[in-house]
Amino acid sequence: MREYMTTRDIVGPLLLIESVTDVTYGELVELEYPDGTKSLGNVLEVNGDVALVQAFEGTRGSNPSGTKAKFLGRSLELGVSRDMLGRVFDGLGRPNDGGPEIIPDKRLSIYGSPINPTARDFPDDFIQTGVSAIDGLNPLVRGQKLPIFSGSGLPHNELAAQIARQAAVLARSAQADAVGEKLEGEFAVVFAAMGITFEDADFFTQEFRTTSAIERAVLFLNLADDPAVERIATPRMALTAAEYLAYECDMHVLVILTDMTYYCEALREVSAARKEVPGRRGYPGYLYTDLATIYERAGRVKGRAGSITQVPILSMPDDDKTHPIPDLTGYITEGQIILDRNLHRRGIYPPVAVLPSLSRLKQKGIGPGKTREDHADLSNQLFGAYARGLQAKELAVILGEAALSDTDKAFVAFADAFEDRFIRQGKHEERSVAETLALGWELVALLPRAELKRIKDEYVAKYLPAETEA
Amino acid sequence: MEQGKIVKVAGPLVVAEGLIESKMYDLVRVGAEGLMGEIIEMRGDRASIQVYEETEGLGPGDPVDATGAPLSVELGPGMLESVYDGVQRPLDVLERMAGAFLARGVTAPGLDREKLWEFTPTVSAGQRVTGGDIIGTVQENVVIEHRIMVPPSVSGTIADIAPGAFTVTDAVGHLKTDAGETVALTMMQVWPVRMARPYARRLSASEPLTTGTRVIDTFFPIVKGGVACIPGPFGAGKTVTQHQIAKWSNAEVVIFIGCGERGNEMTDVLMEFPELVDPYSGEPLMKRTVLVANTSNMPVAAREASVYTGITMAEYFRDMGYNVVLQADSTSRWAEAMREISGRLEEMPGDEGFPAYLGTKLAAFYERAGKVECLGVDGETRTGSVSVVGSVSPPGGDLSEPVVQNTLRVVKVFWALQDQLAFQRHFPAIDWLTSYSLYLDKVAPFWKTEVSEEYRGRRDQCMAILQRENELAEIVRLVGLEALSPEEQILMETAKSIREDFLQQNAFRDDDQFSSLKEQDLLLKTILLFHERAIEAHAAGAALKDIFVAPVRERITRAKYLGPEDIDQYESIASDIETQLVGGGTDEDARAVYAGGER
Ligand SMILES: Nc1ncnc2c1ncn2[C@@H]1O[C@H](COP(=O)(O)OP(=O)(O)O)[C@@H](O)[C@H]1O
Ligand SMILES: [Mg+2]
Repeated sequence: MREYMTTRDIVGPLLLIESVTDVTYGELVELEYPDGTKSLGNVLEVNGDVALVQAFEGTRGSNPSGTKAKFLGRSLELGVSRDMLGRVFDGLGRPNDGGPEIIPDKRLSIYGSPINPTARDFPDDFIQTGVSAIDGLNPLVRGQKLPIFSGSGLPHNELAAQIARQAAVLARSAQADAVGEKLEGEFAVVFAAMGITFEDADFFTQEFRTTSAIERAVLFLNLADDPAVERIATPRMALTAAEYLAYECDMHVLVILTDMTYYCEALREVSAARKEVPGRRGYPGYLYTDLATIYERAGRVKGRAGSITQVPILSMPDDDKTHPIPDLTGYITEGQIILDRNLHRRGIYPPVAVLPSLSRLKQKGIGPGKTREDHADLSNQLFGAYARGLQAKELAVILGEAALSDTDKAFVAFADAFEDRFIRQGKHEERSVAETLALGWELVALLPRAELKRIKDEYVAKYLPAETEA
Repeated sequence: MEQGKIVKVAGPLVVAEGLIESKMYDLVRVGAEGLMGEIIEMRGDRASIQVYEETEGLGPGDPVDATGAPLSVELGPGMLESVYDGVQRPLDVLERMAGAFLARGVTAPGLDREKLWEFTPTVSAGQRVTGGDIIGTVQENVVIEHRIMVPPSVSGTIADIAPGAFTVTDAVGHLKTDAGETVALTMMQVWPVRMARPYARRLSASEPLTTGTRVIDTFFPIVKGGVACIPGPFGAGKTVTQHQIAKWSNAEVVIFIGCGERGNEMTDVLMEFPELVDPYSGEPLMKRTVLVANTSNMPVAAREASVYTGITMAEYFRDMGYNVVLQADSTSRWAEAMREISGRLEEMPGDEGFPAYLGTKLAAFYERAGKVECLGVDGETRTGSVSVVGSVSPPGGDLSEPVVQNTLRVVKVFWALQDQLAFQRHFPAIDWLTSYSLYLDKVAPFWKTEVSEEYRGRRDQCMAILQRENELAEIVRLVGLEALSPEEQILMETAKSIREDFLQQNAFRDDDQFSSLKEQDLLLKTILLFHERAIEAHAAGAALKDIFVAPVRERITRAKYLGPEDIDQYESIASDIETQLVGGGTDEDARAVYAGGER
């Protein structure tokens, strides 16, 4: 092993080590500081005989003269095995639940390799989350990456936990107007915490325990008081485990990554220490590419039974969707579920801002054989009507309710009922997609028939509830 | 060839010394695995190299082998229906070689070396040919005849040429140059991607590239050989719009570059295009398509190269005399790749960290579009065109950022996507108030002869109505609809109809995704007829309320779903309008009022 005591500079989480030989880019380094503290690191740059190393566990305790650096000749890896299920690891993949070491089936580089686009299978299996705001309007499909854009104090954890608890895939049904039964399949949850508080992490562990989901869960925890730079490795650890479970053990894996904002901040910290030219708000110019190497690890691969579905959570600084973190995330993921502070204040759970939320994969995941033939049209109509209802409400604020036309009044009534009955539901309430669609039809029935422009006539005739009152 | 040694590795950038004879933009092979790289800076004997694969595991001392040739693409039969990465590695072949995940150092030539193509010469021995002349054809698939050309800088006399089955590297014949040299003629040409392919001369483009998307064709048209950009925040509809153009435009060849975007979007194209039928040829759309897929998680340097790979292929088909449309989704990711490499080179950054040459590169790229008279002197003159549509992904949707701004300086069509429209699910979310096309006057003559005399006028009238709606909407917001005059209220209603019954177009409905120009014109005509009759009916005493709920409105709303075979339905809708929109009295009274009008 090549071991050096030739550290020259220490800047933030970075060490510059001189007079090294045979060091390669990306190589794993074991650092030992004079006070006995240890840290793993990796090579960010090598120039002649000088290596720039980022210390995942920080540089506290290091100094130039007494720091030992051992170059390990491989990149950062995770030993994977089925036995990881039910276990808790730290942010660098070491057991921290007091249990035994994992005897790995194989060791995999945590950076993975890109899926060849020709080898991908298009995600089109509808996942019933039991949440109307998602299933009805912005449905999730197996293999999708669908983040939750949230803010501090909003119930993103509850929503993510509810999705993890209730997520089920439906059997395909032959009839256009029938909805399939829930399918059983091997299902796992991989959970990665980056920089969240103990309480938040504990919420998830308790949640997994009480639902005994813990037996099919793998947890990687880097909490708020854990080393920040370690967070750069944590989601990759989680995804490496997920890829193993999905593509080699044929499981359908749901990966929850929270909170991506802290991940990005760790990346910014390293970039600043390297004195790189910053992009927007100090985040490195390669943030998009970097995030893509995480999010693009969701998907399905032809010929393999398993899949990886990602639900990353990120808190938007200042509730600002144009902040680089949500912005670049939205550019990579296949839609986004946005939580809204106003709905939350009004006591509506889940406070999903329906209009700016989006599921890009819904067209292929819903419809006859998957959910029901009228699903796409109905959801389109609900969007349109809700948007119009909100506009009318704005008008009413300025001009008074009386100034609205009868049609607009109907839209206002619709928008209120929509928020109250469709979006709002219990944290433990699980609605089947048939129930969600029925609810949608009840609501569009509040509108004049002629306004149902986005729904095919035949569906209106078939599904619109018979008029109850004049 | 010379060999150098790595001295530095920083992400996708490697610095090597000892490459003295190599030139800028030469291709090199890096490390023991021979990873592809390109020289992008030379200082003394140190060359900076951008590497098209992951550089993990490389270190100082590793070898770098020169190739002496610039980064090039292989042009010839076999490109259509292929899917390549940013440096023309065939991804389907790589999958067969290495499995589902991309592996380093695994590579294959862009054109299949084994496959035999049936070649039919169109020239004979003794004939004089120059660069660009067609010497024979290969029916590449049922849709596209691949025209084999003399490479641009070659000329002489055909010594021999023969029909038969050949691979792309076999000589189909020979040519004797004026200097007396014999040159083998093959079906494959190799061309450096960063160099535009030559043509005889540039022509002014005036024929519309019809896309079937109403807001584009009628309001903001693009021409064959034109350049357009489509900026918008995420989720606004850039990719769907580009897919629509790739699917339904009347180009003969489509090159789609997935530049740093989603893997699943490429898969979508790969799974859908072979199933969809091209309305012009009746054959699967994939047969006219080449896909360049360098997704966001694939190496960033290859992303930088992908747009050049794509446009060189486009130019090659143009040279055969085809109309090609090239889509780059997204040019912002290309610009970011440049920024990333530039940062590693420690160049002086310009706006938002982008290199100072961003504008020059963007302009040079779009300049490779256009309608041209092709090189070659055989027979009648050939024309071909490359139209380019680039999406732009501005951070936070902010159009003042450098990529949008530099792009707007060179493109002639601006399709501005608006997130507010997307939130209302008004698709395509192209904002009719801020978008523009500088080709409007150019296509006018074509419209006049091929669509109708009135098409342009109708288009302009609708645009005026939409603009007026915007002004009036402000008043409505402040004082309510009642403050508007009846004529203004009718105008608001017509504007709504234009928006909902014409502009809105669902890309996922079979009966809506494509409208011919004739149908677009008829739809406008119908909406405007209602508008005029509504004004007249009101003047004759009909109540606005009654006008707005006339049963025919339902038919107008559904008219966009009519197919080309239902053209006669428009007549019956028109007659419904005439009979339903009458004044306050009896039908006869109304007719009388109308008869007195200026009609
Ligand atoms: N013309 C359209 N018709 C129907 N839906 C559309 C249309 N354009 C966009 N959409 C919807 O908007 C979503 C986002 O569109 P996309 O083109 O992927 O956005 P962008 O590339 O700008 O991020 C799509 O998944 C689809 O649901
Ligand atoms: Mg897109």
